[in-house]
Amino acid sequence: MRALALPEEILLTIEKPARYIGGEINSVMKEKAQIDVRFCMCFPDVYEIGMSHLGIQILYDMFNQWEDVWCERVYSPWVDADRVMRERGIPLFALESQDPVREFDFLGITLQYEMCYTNVLQVLDLSGIPLLAKERTWEHPIVIGGGPCTYNPEPIAPFFDLFYIGDGETMYRRLLDLYKEMRAQGADRTSFLREAGKLPGIYAPGSYEPHYHEDGTLRDFTADDPSMPLTITKELVTDLSDTYYPSKPVVPFIKCTQDRVVLEIQRGCIRGCRFCQAGQLYRPVRERSISMLKEQAIQMIDHTGHEEISLSSLSSSDYSKLPELLSYLIDECQKRKVNISLPSLRIDAFSLDVMSKVQDIRKSSLTFAPEAGTQRLRDVINKGLTREVILNGAIEAFKGGWTRVKLYFMLGLPTETNEDIRGIAELANDIAAAFFETVPKEKRREKIQIVVSTSFFIPKPFTPLQWASMHPKETYIEKAYATRKAISEQLNQRSIKYNWHEADVSVIEGVLARGDRRIADVVLNAYRRGCFFDAWSEYYHHEEWLAAFEECGLSIDFYTLRKRNLDELFPWDFIDCGVTKDFLKKEWERAMAGEITPNCKQKCNACGAARFGCGICLEPRGGGAE
Amino acid sequence: MRLRIKFTKNGCLKFIGHLDVMRYFQKAMRRAKIDIAYSAGFSPHQIMSFAAPLGVGMTSDGEYFDMEANSVTSAEDIKTRLNAVMAEGIVVTDVRLLPEGAKNAMASVSAAGYTVRIRDGHDQNVPLAEAVARFHSAEHVPHVKPTQKSELTLDLKEGVHALSFENDTVSMVIDTGSSSNLKPGMIMETLYSYYGKRPEDFDFVIHRKETYGRAQDGSFVPLSEAGEVF
Repeated sequence: MRALALPEEILLTIEKPARYIGGEINSVMKEKAQIDVRFCMCFPDVYEIGMSHLGIQILYDMFNQWEDVWCERVYSPWVDADRVMRERGIPLFALESQDPVREFDFLGITLQYEMCYTNVLQVLDLSGIPLLAKERTWEHPIVIGGGPCTYNPEPIAPFFDLFYIGDGETMYRRLLDLYKEMRAQGADRTSFLREAGKLPGIYAPGSYEPHYHEDGTLRDFTADDPSMPLTITKELVTDLSDTYYPSKPVVPFIKCTQDRVVLEIQRGCIRGCRFCQAGQLYRPVRERSISMLKEQAIQMIDHTGHEEISLSSLSSSDYSKLPELLSYLIDECQKRKVNISLPSLRIDAFSLDVMSKVQDIRKSSLTFAPEAGTQRLRDVINKGLTREVILNGAIEAFKGGWTRVKLYFMLGLPTETNEDIRGIAELANDIAAAFFETVPKEKRREKIQIVVSTSFFIPKPFTPLQWASMHPKETYIEKAYATRKAISEQLNQRSIKYNWHEADVSVIEGVLARGDRRIADVVLNAYRRGCFFDAWSEYYHHEEWLAAFEECGLSIDFYTLRKRNLDELFPWDFIDCGVTKDFLKKEWERAMAGEITPNCKQKCNACGAARFGCGICLEPRGGGAE
Repeated sequence: MRLRIKFTKNGCLKFIGHLDVMRYFQKAMRRAKIDIAYSAGFSPHQIMSFAAPLGVGMTSDGEYFDMEANSVTSAEDIKTRLNAVMAEGIVVTDVRLLPEGAKNAMASVSAAGYTVRIRDGHDQNVPLAEAVARFHSAEHVPHVKPTQKSELTLDLKEGVHALSFENDTVSMVIDTGSSSNLKPGMIMETLYSYYGKRPEDFDFVIHRKETYGRAQDGSFVPLSEAGEVF
């Protein structure tokens, strides 16, 4: 038996001890003596969330294919384990070897949402790694961040030695080789970070300094040495069919959020919804070949024993060979008694037919994400979905026996009026009415259930709406009440249930998303006040965050309510994600004019990503039928 | 045809609860490509029945489940294939073919054998050899067990079928199953009570050695005995 870092008496008194023992099927053990680089990959949230993340599974598999590297995993200990570990001074450990994280060469932390930032500090703190990068020595691992939030790394820059901007598959080999080489030469840590920062896609925040205007906006962003790049261009896998993909993902013992095989069919999205950060960051859309996907699907099912497979992408309906892939999967999965789950499918005749084959209609629901209540506002955000398409999809579905509909909207979008809010209620009502018209009384086996959920729109870097102002918390609450009231005034209100997000946390998320380096003080202050697991509403303490801003002398409103000018220098402008700022400006202006922009399959809009020379950008287009 | 699978649950796997062990074996069946039968319906599930749940924290050399197979190769082949896909701590030790009409694993359970050791640093210095002798010499050993509404007084003499102390280890065979279910902790509590002591949490390291059914003659036999090697 592997020796465990937590004593049995602790493991038997905390919730779900399996979070801390490792040893899962397909987890990788290696001989330490034969390893040059020990890499600990971290998802700064609880095990069940972190284990559901595909990116780590991909990189874990990649690293462990390399003979000189052993990649292990660590997640945020839940509050109960966190408490005991602090009380007893037990350092945070990696799951596989159960060795302290502090002894590793690298600690890679994936940053999937802003509200995990205090958990980054928790992980560093429990590991015994100084929270501030400048206080670290070779006694500590190189702390490197990755994932979507690194596209504005500034609010957490002081906590990281390096950031990896873009697809993880491409640059790690060179980074690790550089590390091995420089360690062998006896180089100092700062020199290593500086050299690493010259690799494509790698940002070494310690070598840069922001300067501010008197009004608090960014004046410039300078490097401490002329050899440091002033622009960091994202890394990108140009051929997603010939790259790393795990055929043996780790299978947790306990039930996780994503307890299934995940098949990423493509990366990126053609749609260009103006609020969506992923839609811009991962351009251009790159499909994986159907032969690779077929092979991967079978291997992963066979090697994990999972009872379900799910397709993953930002918009699965846009995958060009979806019908062929699905019919293959349906056949193979039926043989193996494996379920297929199909999120992010556009509701139309094809998807309804497929869904009726793979799901129990009585138990499944239809999901639409109109995001806004009126066509006018949907045009502002470039969400192509029309009322007609939604209603027709719903009617077809009702004929097929579906009775549950989920609708997702955002409140607080730029230019939103009361009419747009009423539009949410009216659309839900129209769908209910369509049910009553479509399905005669005697055929109604079940009542129609419509669930409307709203979140508050948060402007994100590298989106056309990055110039948008947010609202005070009170306004968000008013908007949610107005939505609830409008729904209650509908004829079919009894068929509609309404859920909305917390307003408090949206405001803070807004600051962290578009914040600058000064915000790091607030994150540290909030952590010192006991904030962590901010993404869990029961552990979110708004008043502590407010106090942290107060103590650091920074204004929330500056980051959320201020109108940003088109010529303002943003903290994230030194990153080149492929899409140009000029394109985003043009899109912002089109948004304000309510003009829609065709998707990448219809027409190239010259966003800038074509220079990567891959994916959709290489395909002939124009005059599309969509 | 129905198979009875015997397995161990040792090492770190003691921290995995019963439901997760069931899920674990469902996935293991697929990885090992065992031709297990599925229920009918929209979301078919594997036909499996586990014997007696083992508490989190305990290890075992005598766990069982039954499964319905569409076709079988040989006991050896099934064992080898399952063991090729197990996590460290779980080993399939026996595969038997159940005769037509055999009761399922859960219904067959009537007793289980355990060893109990004092955890390092938790010794309350109870003279266990003497305590065991005292248990044997008593005519009745009442034990009060709290139930949902009130409490129930059991006579441990009826449910304890073997009890001994040797090499710093208490060994026992006690009632297990739906009709009467004793836990090793209850016996230890009684032994401690003779000396005015109460076991604390984590005082013991408990290992299940075997799970038993009853043979025709009333004797206890390992659950695997109900099936044949093939």
